[in-house]
Amino acid sequence: MNRLASRLPALIEQHQQEILTDWVKMQLESGAWRGGRLQESQLREECQRFLSLLANNIQKGQQFDTRSSQWSDVREFLTELSRSRATQGFSPSQVATFVFSLKQPIFTRLRDSLMKEPTMLADSMWEATVLLDALGLYTTEVYQQARESVIARQQEELIELSTPVVELWPGILALPLIGTLDSERTQVVMETLLQRLVATGSSIAVIDITGVPTVDTLVAQHLLKTVSAAQLMGADCIISGIRPQIAQTIVHLGIDLSAVATKASLSDAFALALKRRGLGVTAAARG
Amino acid sequence: MDRVPILRLGDCLLVTVQVDMHDQLAMTLQDDLTNKIVATKARGVLIDISALEMVDSFIGRMLGNIAAMSRILDAQTVVVGMQPAVAITLVELGLSLPGIRTALNVDAGLALLRSVLDRSDEGAHVD
Repeated sequence: MNRLASRLPALIEQHQQEILTDWVKMQLESGAWRGGRLQESQLREECQRFLSLLANNIQKGQQFDTRSSQWSDVREFLTELSRSRATQGFSPSQVATFVFSLKQPIFTRLRDSLMKEPTMLADSMWEATVLLDALGLYTTEVYQQARESVIARQQEELIELSTPVVELWPGILALPLIGTLDSERTQVVMETLLQRLVATGSSIAVIDITGVPTVDTLVAQHLLKTVSAAQLMGADCIISGIRPQIAQTIVHLGIDLSAVATKASLSDAFALALKRRGLGVTAAARG
Repeated sequence: MDRVPILRLGDCLLVTVQVDMHDQLAMTLQDDLTNKIVATKARGVLIDISALEMVDSFIGRMLGNIAAMSRILDAQTVVVGMQPAVAITLVELGLSLPGIRTALNVDAGLALLRSVLDRSDEGAHVD
């Protein structure tokens, strides 16, 4: 089926205004149009643009394959529409209904005008169905892509958010780790820490693992790698926030942390860091 | 053939690696540096690798060798300005360069060298 053989082109051209009115009305009545999220005027405008693009393409008797380049303007329009609706929080079926709901007005017109020619009616309906199904599915596809890109972006943001490097004192950095450490995250943690060491010229970094729920051999190895990398750059690391259970696990697993200074709490680690820098905290004289 | 410049800074030698190290260059540097230490009776060596963006296991081992040779000639070595990417690579290669002192920048390296040399001088007096 390469070309439109049926009466579909002529029919859509003749009844474009009526189809549009019916279509908008139906969408307003059905659940696809959610009051408040979308203005009626906007919906009408979108419907009109889509219908004119569609009519234009069908009119030219162009190839029926909606994936071909001739349909690119329709696809672009639908891409934009699905994207904007995906971010507005519409469900995939609501987005697809935008296209699918066009079937009824078109079918009604077809039935009215081809009542005497059953074969032609069936052919035309079949063509309209194939065409609109393809376009409707395309919106779903784009919708999904848009959602996936949102998820991917959030994942990246989560990784960035979860590795803050804070400056406790000039020359002393702290890296509070929260959540499970996997290879990918450790890589990010390592890079951010090392970059901040260079940027701030700090010589001591405190890695706080209070928020790390479990420490296994892999996590320990990641930690030790970070520590060695920092040492290569000329900075000392202190690991703090080791909970009693974690201390037990580390010993049971036979992990050797003797190369690194470890402290139970962040404040102990901070005190040690200050001492190494030749600084100290004293109570202010009461006056 | 290009060479790595070695500058004299008091009783220390400052080696600044400005280009990517290839193996031959590293061998030449090893030669030049040991000669220079003997010639100038230097007590410390600062190797600035802040411009170095790529390392392999050979260069990593070379740094270790240079430090060991300098130590035999009674000069302390400090490697300064290692880039984060280089540090990560070395750790992934399993080269944590034991026995090499490191510092963030030339300033910090010079201070570290000074304190190490002072300590070893005091030790000499006690003996």
